[in-house]
Amino acid sequence: MLQERDLVVVGAGPAGLAASIEAAKAGASVLLVDLNLKAGGQLFKQIHKFFGSSAHHSGVRGFDIGKMLLKEADDAGVETWLGSAVIGLFPGMKVAIEKGTDGSEKEVITLKAKKIIVATGASENVIRFKGWTTPGVMGAGAAQTMINVNHVKPGKKVVMLGTGNVGLIVSYQLMQAGCEVVALVEAASKIGGYAVHAAKIKRAGIPIYMKHTIVEVKAGTDHCTNRVVIAEVDEKFQPIAGTEKEIDADTVTIAAGLKPSAELPKLMKCAFTFNGVFGGMIPLHNENMETSVEGIYVAGDSTGVEEANTALEEGKIAGIAAAEALGYLDVEKAAVIKKEIWERLEALRMGPFGEARMAQKEKILEEYMEKIGTPVAEEGMVEDSDVNN
Amino acid sequence: MCMRVEDHVILDIRKTADLVEITVDGRVISAYAGEPILAALLNAGIKVNRYTVKRHEPRGLFCGIGQCTDCAMVVDGQTNVRTCITPVKAGMIIKTQDGLSKEE
Repeated sequence: MLQERDLVVVGAGPAGLAASIEAAKAGASVLLVDLNLKAGGQLFKQIHKFFGSSAHHSGVRGFDIGKMLLKEADDAGVETWLGSAVIGLFPGMKVAIEKGTDGSEKEVITLKAKKIIVATGASENVIRFKGWTTPGVMGAGAAQTMINVNHVKPGKKVVMLGTGNVGLIVSYQLMQAGCEVVALVEAASKIGGYAVHAAKIKRAGIPIYMKHTIVEVKAGTDHCTNRVVIAEVDEKFQPIAGTEKEIDADTVTIAAGLKPSAELPKLMKCAFTFNGVFGGMIPLHNENMETSVEGIYVAGDSTGVEEANTALEEGKIAGIAAAEALGYLDVEKAAVIKKEIWERLEALRMGPFGEARMAQKEKILEEYMEKIGTPVAEEGMVEDSDVNN
Repeated sequence: MCMRVEDHVILDIRKTADLVEITVDGRVISAYAGEPILAALLNAGIKVNRYTVKRHEPRGLFCGIGQCTDCAMVVDGQTNVRTCITPVKAGMIIKTQDGLSKEE
């Protein structure tokens, strides 16, 4: 017989942790799986204070929210497997998990879940220029992980490509860690992120090259980045010949947005839609965060790139909806809690950036109702007796 | 070369882990037990982790969270070990991976 759990949650970031906590508190047996050695997802690299209302931890730093969630998950009795990757979902709600880190003994365990919540986050976008694979060129998130989680500097002199909030915040955090940020480069004519973050960069006197891009990264004899060539771009974002400048730097960090990581719902043939505001192809879901496939839920950045607080709230909805579907929560009681959370989400999705996301979220819910209506059980269900264990 | 973050205004960076030694391409470097291998390498100024199979191009840290495999190296004879998510153990023998290398 396969081991069984009420709920398997994939990804122990803010969405996955919040989902696990809610479902476990309601009485479900919850297994939370994460590839990393530590739970918390990207919260532990967010050393800045959060914005928003007190209901959303304003003024609290990301890593402190992470610590609170880990304790809550522990208290609620969530079973957590770290250093473990979900490598596949199979008909009959089977979850294949590879347990064990690289370089150690690994084993693959397949277990059965009554419900599955996918909270696998997002991955960084890349900008390709000549030399983009040179060691020293990396994602801005990768650099942030090195300084804030591993406490090691990825290099000495950094050029940041992109001035969205990630580009601005990570630039500032690189400075706090002791790196020299020598330039920010932005193809658009306006800074992408909040003015409050941009002001910190400007006060530090770091040049921000607007309407510029990186055209080449040159390597030294050690095969690593040592010169960065930038150039002005025209209206079509094409580099203008003759405007090149060379910058002395050993590190390039790319902050060009993120795209949802939703491979697992794809494997289960969940219905997808394209959404530019949310970063690409995302699984359609309803107000329970349930996909087109019954029993498979999504939450957080894997349903559209936003931020930690929205991920947390969506995770809670998914956890409560799963617990409700499992019979651990009274339908009316669950409805009240979910409504409260949706109202908090609405409050989070305000302001110039938030309103656009709010409108898109509504569009996704509408599209779900039009195309799916009610989730259907997965195709090709395999009975236990058909499987040799 | 030391690339450790020191005296941070927000983070508490006091290390409680044991300082151990690992060997990288014959060179002995110090590392904290349990930290990702890649962090110890960066601290020692080592940025190339592998060379690609066909064009022999260098690769190093790119995603830092176990997704891209650019930081794969040969660790204790095992190839394709993602050094950004594999913890340091005392006495590890690490080699730059050349192409697919070979299991030893």
